Amino acid sequence: MTTALCDLPARELARRVRKGEARAGDILESALARIGAVEGRAPSPEAYLSQADDRTKVHAFITQTVDRARRQADEIDKRVRKGEDPGTLAGVPLAVKDIFCVRDTLSTAGSRILANFRAPYSATAVERLEAAGAVTIGKVNLDEFAFGSSSESSAFLPPPGNPWDPTRVPGGSSGGSAAAVAAGEAALSLGTDTAGSIRQPAAFCGVVGLKPTYGRVSRYGLIAFASSLDCPSIAARTVGDAALALQVIAGADSHDATAAAVPVPDYSERLEAGVAGLRIGLSPDYFRLRYPDPATGEVRDQSIEPDIEAAVRRAAETLAAAGAEIIEGVPMPNTRFGIPAYFVISRVEAASNLHRYDGIKYGYRHPGTVAEVSELYRRSRGRGFGVQPKLRILMGMYVSAEQYEQGYYQQALRVRTLIRRDFEAAFDPGGASRLDALLTPTTPTTAFEIGALYGDSVLMQYADLLTVPANHAGVPGLSIPGGLDHRGLPIGVQLLGPDFAEGALLRIGRALEALTAHEPWRATRPRVLEGLGA
Amino acid sequence: MPGPDEITPEIFVHLVHLAELELDPEESEYLRRQLNGQLRAIREMTAIEVDPSTPITSHGVPYPPSARPSLREDIVIPCDNADDILGQAPETDSRYIVVPDIPHTDLG
Repeated sequence: MTTALCDLPARELARRVRKGEARAGDILESALARIGAVEGRAPSPEAYLSQADDRTKVHAFITQTVDRARRQADEIDKRVRKGEDPGTLAGVPLAVKDIFCVRDTLSTAGSRILANFRAPYSATAVERLEAAGAVTIGKVNLDEFAFGSSSESSAFLPPPGNPWDPTRVPGGSSGGSAAAVAAGEAALSLGTDTAGSIRQPAAFCGVVGLKPTYGRVSRYGLIAFASSLDCPSIAARTVGDAALALQVIAGADSHDATAAAVPVPDYSERLEAGVAGLRIGLSPDYFRLRYPDPATGEVRDQSIEPDIEAAVRRAAETLAAAGAEIIEGVPMPNTRFGIPAYFVISRVEAASNLHRYDGIKYGYRHPGTVAEVSELYRRSRGRGFGVQPKLRILMGMYVSAEQYEQGYYQQALRVRTLIRRDFEAAFDPGGASRLDALLTPTTPTTAFEIGALYGDSVLMQYADLLTVPANHAGVPGLSIPGGLDHRGLPIGVQLLGPDFAEGALLRIGRALEALTAHEPWRATRPRVLEGLGA
Repeated sequence: MPGPDEITPEIFVHLVHLAELELDPEESEYLRRQLNGQLRAIREMTAIEVDPSTPITSHGVPYPPSARPSLREDIVIPCDNADDILGQAPETDSRYIVVPDIPHTDLG
């Protein structure tokens, strides 16, 4: 098949618009045509009755902001005609995870409790992307409040399908982001990553997922889940596009005190510098995994899927052949505590953040008569929240209760220190490993079938086993495509680096992308694109 | 010490009360079962010895003074979209948000 405009990398689209070789309006229409071809019916918060067609389509968008996007595209084209700088992302179609506020758009967090919430302001990351010329074409689906790893817990159904096989999940919680980018509905997506929520769906959908260092990107306007872990993140089809987007959203923000005052380097400058002399580690603790047996629930050591291990080892060999030094046997012994500690820390923070939804100030309010305010709270929250927020509130309250807090919450925060120390030791320039980056699998499995894990909150959480340590430690992570498994499903390989070392991760990722550009799996396209013309 | 190994129906009812959630019995039993499954996973972490002198990590990345943003100036910034914000309230009367009766609670 020929390549449609919407299939081109963001970098190339912006180059063409800036040079006057393409119109932002034409790029937008190309993306909208793709949406028309692959999207299927829109997810809705009404009672869900599945239809035969649901498992053949992507269903990524909760809201399409077509009129707003056309106005943005017109404005960019006018600026180009007038000789003004339209920005580094001029005309690039952008899908925003529906957990970011975008002024005057529905901003639902995938929850019934916010189904009618129209944001009165825009998130900093969205404002910066739009100021750079990105065209927001809509808001994409996610697990409710980002609580999940499959996007099935959204109140807006049907759930998004994986473009490579729509009977399977796109991952989550930024499932709509990764699916939309993989299917060419958008060139970039702004998502979030709290335990792996951009990297895991990126791996499942065969795209690039970048979780920056905690503090690299402002969280202002992001509907909070776990405030010490949440990172605005990027899904893109190429490493260069992820670098371009990070360049725009990174940096301090007077609206978020956790947005670090650390200078933002030029992420594209050294993108093609190669990997010669870089020290890249492999850790046995990312291949021998401890998680519950799906049949018995017993937590025990299990091997990662052989196709995934092989893809990571192949990536290491490729990097070694290009001059990187591969360091084997890097100890990361506290990796196994990432999920148990996350079960505690994220729940405490989520419970705290969810107390604001009371049915009074905004969002869903129980419509009937109530005797007093507490009844209104209970009824609004009971009906407005789905299963996942309820679980998180209840667990968060339990493990932070005064009498248990030392054993659960304080213990989890100390274990978090141990996880952080694993990374500090691996990246210590004076240490034994002295790594520039750690190379790992992104996920224990490739994309699973819709319905396979949903309902088992423990097994679902373990989908984040290999991504959550970076959130505890705050370090940056990049997932890039590393091949296909025996079923033809994408495999992600992950690069983890020291604080604020996004530039090095992007450089290594770009090297791997370039070195594998001619491998046959790179030419394989998602199934939903089969038979589509340009 | 961590809490009991199981969230009993009694503890669950207390949590639901504190959380201000209305649940039906079937949903309650499902949620309680899931919570207890999660507690079994959490035990992997609570069972290990951690040196009590280990500091806690409240977020991974350290914020040395050089990385901390400076405080904003303490000045009044008028809000230009108060009506949009008030317009989000599901039930209003003129420009007041309607709140049901808040019964008197004796804290003594």
